[in-house]
This record gives sequence, structure tokens and C-alpha cells, in this order.
Amino acid sequence: MSIMGTRVVRTEDPLFLTRGATYTDDLVDDRLAGALHATFVRSQVAHGRLLSVDASAAREAPGVVAVYTAEDIDLDPLPAGLPMVPPAMQRPWLARDTVRFVGDLVAVVLTEERYQGEDAAELVAVDIDPLPAVVTTADAATDKVLLFPEAGTNVMATFGEPAPANFFDGCEVVVTQPIVNQRVAAVPLETRATAAAWGEDGRVTIWCTNQGAQQAKGEIAGWLGLDPAQVRLITPDVGGGFGAKIGADPEYAFVAWLAKQAGRPVRWSESRSENLVGMLQGRAQDQVVTIGGRRDGTVEAYSLQIDQDAGAYPRVGLVLPTLTMLMTSAVYAFPKVHSYARALATNTTSIGAYRGAGRPEATAAVERALDAFAAEIGMDPAEVRRKNLIPKFDEPYTTKSGATYDTGDYTAALDRVLQAAGYDELRAEQARRRERGDDRQLGLGMSVYVEITGADTGFGAAESASLEVHPDGTATVLTGTSPHGQGHATTWAMLASEQLGIPVEKITVIHGDTDRIPRGGGTMGSRSLQQGGAAVHKAAIELVDLAKQRAAEVLEADPNDLEVDLASAGISVRGTPGTGVTFAQLAEKEPLLVNTRFEAAGPTFPFGAHLAVVEVDVESGKAELVRLVAVDDAGTIVNPLLAEGQRHGGYAQGVAQALLEEVLYDADGNPQTSTLADYPFVSATELPSFELVDMVTPTPVNPLGAKGIGEAGTIGSTPAVHNAVVDAVSHLGVRHIDMPCTPMRVWRAIQHAQQGGAN
Amino acid sequence: MQVTITVNGQQRTDDVEPRLLLAHYLRETCGLKATNIGCDTTSCGACTVIVDGLSVKSCTVLAASADGATVTTLEGLAGPDGELHPMQAAFRSEHGLQCGFCTPGMVMAAIGVLSDNPDPSDREVREGLEGNLCRCTGYHNIVRAVRTAAQAGPSAGQVPA
Ligand code: FES
Ligand code: FES
Repeated sequence: MSIMGTRVVRTEDPLFLTRGATYTDDLVDDRLAGALHATFVRSQVAHGRLLSVDASAAREAPGVVAVYTAEDIDLDPLPAGLPMVPPAMQRPWLARDTVRFVGDLVAVVLTEERYQGEDAAELVAVDIDPLPAVVTTADAATDKVLLFPEAGTNVMATFGEPAPANFFDGCEVVVTQPIVNQRVAAVPLETRATAAAWGEDGRVTIWCTNQGAQQAKGEIAGWLGLDPAQVRLITPDVGGGFGAKIGADPEYAFVAWLAKQAGRPVRWSESRSENLVGMLQGRAQDQVVTIGGRRDGTVEAYSLQIDQDAGAYPRVGLVLPTLTMLMTSAVYAFPKVHSYARALATNTTSIGAYRGAGRPEATAAVERALDAFAAEIGMDPAEVRRKNLIPKFDEPYTTKSGATYDTGDYTAALDRVLQAAGYDELRAEQARRRERGDDRQLGLGMSVYVEITGADTGFGAAESASLEVHPDGTATVLTGTSPHGQGHATTWAMLASEQLGIPVEKITVIHGDTDRIPRGGGTMGSRSLQQGGAAVHKAAIELVDLAKQRAAEVLEADPNDLEVDLASAGISVRGTPGTGVTFAQLAEKEPLLVNTRFEAAGPTFPFGAHLAVVEVDVESGKAELVRLVAVDDAGTIVNPLLAEGQRHGGYAQGVAQALLEEVLYDADGNPQTSTLADYPFVSATELPSFELVDMVTPTPVNPLGAKGIGEAGTIGSTPAVHNAVVDAVSHLGVRHIDMPCTPMRVWRAIQHAQQGGAN
Repeated sequence: MQVTITVNGQQRTDDVEPRLLLAHYLRETCGLKATNIGCDTTSCGACTVIVDGLSVKSCTVLAASADGATVTTLEGLAGPDGELHPMQAAFRSEHGLQCGFCTPGMVMAAIGVLSDNPDPSDREVREGLEGNLCRCTGYHNIVRAVRTAAQAGPSAGQVPA
């Protein structure tokens, strides 16, 4: 029986559950013996002129080996990175004349012990003359206060042009709605950490918590002006990433540089408060949607306008609107679609990728727009969707916003989810509660989504894998992907086991070490299985071919007469299992090893539909999620246990964005959510158990038929829950509530509607 | 100052700074790295261990105040032959962990939940684990794991003596 599609429990778990994983801060390594600790001094002011940094007292403090300020470093500024960004927007390693967000790096202290670093950092006297802070995109767009005066603008980049004035001409109904896709923090439970040690050979080994060793290595080498061959980067076990651990962080490169200066290894591990201001954050789009069409429910034109808050310095977040724009058409066959975006600098933490990275923002916008349109024409939102969905297709389908989808059946996804949830009965129950005027009103919200996974992230759509069988019958897989909870050790072993018959427990998967795996794209954008897994699959097939050639000699048979004998994990003559030679025996003579590379024909477009059921207490405004029913079609599933786990995790993050999570700043740019006591992280009590509905449409793009699943849960759930909350109070006249739908926001919306206001 | 603490069945005496947190004591002084630190506000529960039979967040306890106590960490749960504690086994079979960072604290907190209530409902499990955050699993499989462990009997709510 095939191991594919079975619920194999994780091979990594016995260690994780008995001794714990080994995260960067857990490393015990000879190369790190006697390591110093780095403690960064960060700006407490969002925007200001840096008058002086006095480190004299800190330099005298116990355990202090060195303190560096901008004057003590000779590194070129961090490049702005992307060609469209004004060069003046480069980030210095340590702030020199200006600080641009609370958390900006001002100085760094090296101490013998970690506690000493915290003490000494307090003694660095930083004198800042505050400037007005730019906190919102609306403020930034006025260019009244400039973050980088030499650039002459706060606009980091623009994409496309505003919609033409006549875009909605001829529509019977046109609805315009501003929508906030709020800033959220990634909050992996493991905060950022790194360690660096230089060897006598002039090479540096850097350990850090990251989603892709090769990419991080390239960036660090470039920033520090090192030959890439001088750098070895290792990502040990990683305690969650969610996009925020893609690429190198300046702190990691800085620690490697400090280790060189000090002539000793250096470690850094940030606190949670530091993480909540220093780590890249996500989303942060101010959108305006306009949707127009006929009273029969047909949408004729849709436009999406985006102001992306990019934060203080250019990072990947500034280009995320391009993914949002690519996915503007979503699952709909709207005849006219338009999008336009600007990325703006503000005095806040920089924005980067966060689970879904640009695609959830597209889905959230269009799903909210459709509900607004449905409300305007008085039609059931499910009905409006059915009228406008792209019909089932098996051949590539190119949308008005320029994406070419592989396969899709969106109507089936919607129908399945409504059926599984008992939609009609739920609507009847909603009507009864409205009739009775209950305090607890029911809300139903849906979303139908399509996302792009395995997109070329600039490092190609290829992934590397190598596979070796050892004489003792075990095997080793080297992969360019980089798990941080996804269970690649198990799944990749399943893919090899499927071809070779070697049991999963005997297959070791190694990742995240650039000396051993020089090429790889890492784990991001839900690419791992469809690219890295497919590479392992390909390696296993190539290894079988190699083994057949060798076995042909040993068995004195024609290679064409040979086949894999899974039961004995070897090659035997067709029809006579157990008579051949095992892979292990072949490996005794000479190494049985293949290195391969798989290049996907393109990205895939997983899709699905979610239905959320919420109860809203109209007296207090509190919304509670009571059910979440979801179809997520990720094509062929290799390990359903792990795929479901990815879905659950995604739902939790998506629901949390709809209901409670938000990074907040005051008008002066002071973060209001810089600890886990303030940042509303979702706990077990706020979530129900999730109801999963299966649907499998394999993709032709890779031999596994697999699409990405890592971000789907997040993409579908946010608009479903968001729509459900609005739906629960729509009979009171509420048309829109911005996320997160906190009790205060919901209550205000009800009050406002009852006073006859539009919103 | 000197403290004597029994950690996973082994009594040890160490010289510690008065301000040293129990979490750092376990990680740095004892070299037991399973106990993780995920916040600085006693909010996440990643550092949860069992002290004298109660699950506590070791980042809120000073090593000094644990003088004379008995502490069990994740490393102290499995049997000498490596046999998993029922809670560990249930987390594995129900896929109750992904990145594993919350896991040591979550497992210890879950044992605490069952020691208070050997047969909790889903809701009671969720309430019992409210102080332990997980970013990966959506809690769905953690709740299942705790209920599965409960079926193993009273040992699921106990730590080895
Ligand atoms: S580290 Fe102890 S509660 Fe977060
Ligand atoms: S498994 Fe990653 S935080 Fe819980």
C-alpha cells in the first residue's frame, strides 16, 4: 500500500517532545565557547534628530567589552534594495543624524553576560530632538513631513495608475468602500536570535532563526562586502516564521561584523518587546474598493486602490501590493478590473511578508466589496458570488489582473462549504433571532478565494534535493527548503520512501546549512512541497534509475527487466520479488547518491471557500466565532495530518486578524502593543474547533499534483469572519466595520447606524 | 546565594544571582534547554514547568525562591527507557505541535490541566490552557491531544516522582 496520502506522525516529534528542539538560543557548540552577548540600544522616539549618543558610562559598566555607535562603524549603509526606491532611503546600520521609528538601532553593547548587556544598554545616554511623526499613510502622502528629506517624498514606489474617471460608466449600482487591512505582528513564539563565530580560515559561521539559509547568506555577504564563500549560514530548528523570518535581518549581519571586530564569537537573542518593535510586521494596507454592476447581481467593474504603509525603511513589504494587484480579480469573472498602489514611508516598524503576504489583502478587499454590493442590491451574498464566479476550468485561465490560474472549480468549493455548514438552516436561525430581537445575533460570512503559491520569489521556481542511501540501509535527504514547523523531515522522507521502500524512520532529512546545501529557495510562499517535495520525488526516481544500472551488472540482467522491490528496499528482476539486490548492498560498493534540481513549470493556484458563523452580542459589541467550516483545495495531499495542521494554524491567524489583532501606534508614533500583554494574541478560548471539508483538484504543474497549503487558511478565514460580523448586525443598518472587529468597533458601528449614519 | 533544587529527580546545589529567573536557571545553569522563553511579561507560557506539583511559568519565579523545591521540566517526563509520558504520546499522535516552541510549556501546562480535572471537556481544556500561547497549531490539535491523554488514565495528570 502506498504511504502517500496517509497520516504519518512526525519523525521529528520524539525529540521535540522529550529533549526539546534546538533553536538558535539553545545551541551549545564549541565554536561558540566564550561568546559575547550583543544588546542593541533602540530609539524610544519615532522621529527625531539624533543630537548625541553618549556611551561613556556604559563603557565602564561591569562586563562591558565594547560599545559601538554610528561613529564607530565604517560599513556602507544597507542598500534600499529595490530599483524603484529613491536611493536616499537607505538605512544606516546605526542611526546617525535621524531616528525614524521606535526601535531604530542607535548603539550596540557587547558584554560577557546577557544580564550585563541589559544593564549597560540602560546607561547609554541618547539625546533626541523630536520631529513630528508620520504615522498614517494619509499623513505620509501629504509629504508635509519627510522621513528622508533628500528624497523629496515619502513615496517609496508606485505601481500602475489611478483608475480612469469613466471606469464605472454604465453601471446601475456603484458602491465605494474604504477598507483598512490593519498592521499585524507575525509573533513567532521564538523571537529573533543569531550567533556568529569566525574561524581561523577567515570564514564566518552564522546561525540564525530563518526561513531560508541560502537567501539570508547571500544578503549578509552582500551587506558586509564578504565573498559569499566566506560565509556559512546555518538555520537550526526554527520556532515559527510566518514570513517575518524571510531574508536576513540587519541585526544578524551586524552580529557577524561585531564578532569580527571583537575577535570572539557573539550571540544575540531579542526580548519579546524588542521583537514587537524590531521584527518586520505585516499587512498594513489602506484600500479603497469600488464595485459596480447591475441590480440582478452581475458585477461589471471592480477597482482596488492601495496605500501600502511600508514603515520607516524599505523592506519587502513595499512590493507586496504587486501581489495584491496580481490577485485583484480573485475568483471572479468581472469584465473590468483595475488596481493601483503606492508604498509610503512612515515612522513605524518596516513591513515585510506575513502569512499570505499580499494575497490575503486582495481576497479581503474583493470579498468585502462583494458583500457591500450584495447589501446594496438586497441579494444573498452566496447568490451574488455564484453569479460572478469564474466557471470551472481545466485549462489555464488568465484573469483580467494578469494571473494565469492552473485549474479551478470555485462554484464547487462554495457549494460544498455551504452544504457542509447547513447554510439554509443557518439563515433561517438568523431570521428567527432577528425576528425575536435577541441580544445575541447570528452572522454568516463567506469567502471564496484563490491564491498564488510557489511563485518565483526572485530565486527561481527551482529547488534542489539530494538523496543518498547508505550501506546500513538508512538514507539521507538534503533539501533546499527550510521547515519551521511544517514537518518536512517527515513528508520528504515519505516521498523518498514511496519510491525506495526504505522506511520513513530510516530516512534523515537535512536542511538549512549552506555548506552542505549551497542552493535552495527556503520555505516561503507555500512553495515547499510543490517545489522542494517535487525535487525529493525526482531525486528518488533518479536514484532508482541509477540503482537499476548498477543492479543490472550485479544481477546480470537487462535494466529494462528490473523493478523496484519496495518490500526489500531494492531492485529485483520483474516478477521475482526478493531475489534482487538491496539499495544498501549497492551502496556498499560505491556511494549511491544523486543530486538533482526540480524546476516547476509555474506557480499553482490553490483555492477554497470558508464559511464563518459568529454570534454578536448587540449590547456589548462582542463578536464570538462559533463555527468555521472550510474547503481548502491544495491538490494532492501527501500527509493529511500535516496538511490539516497547516490549515488549523492558518485559520487561527486569519480569525485573529478579523477579530482582535492589531499593531497600534499613538499619534506620536509610540507603539501601544509592544508586549504580549498588550498585543492581542489569540488564545485557545477564543477559537472553536475547525470543521474541514475535503476537495482535491490536482495541479498539472508538478508531478505530485500538489499545491501550497501554508497560507490558505489565513487567506480564506479573515474575510469570512469579517463578513460574518458585519452580517450579524447588518439588519441594524451597519454596512462596514474595519478590522479588527473588536467589541468597541462593533458597538460604535451599531450606535452610528442606529443614529441614522452611514458607514 | 546558594539554592538547592531537585530538578527532574536530581538534587543539585548552585550559586545563583538573587535576580536570576528560574527559566534562566534551568536553561543556563542546568543546561536544560527544552524550557523556552517567548515573552517578557508572563504572557506566553512557553516557560511553564511543574514546581512542587503545580504548573507555573518559570519566567516569573526567581531561582532563589525555588530553593528547596522539586521542579520537573519536559526533559524529566519520559521513562528511563525513553517511553513517552501519556501527554507526550498524545501530542505526537494528535499532531499537537508544529514548530515546537510552545510545546514544552504546553505539555507541562496540559499535565497541570489534567491534574486539576482528569476528564475535561473541550471548553475546559481551552480555558485551562488560556495562559499558553501557540502561534502554529490553532490549538485544535492541542485540545485533542489533551483529551486523548485524559483517556490514558490518571498518569496523564502526573509527573514522574
Ligand atoms: S516566557 Fe514565561 S510566560 Fe512567556
Ligand atoms: S507549535 Fe509553534 S508555537 Fe506552538
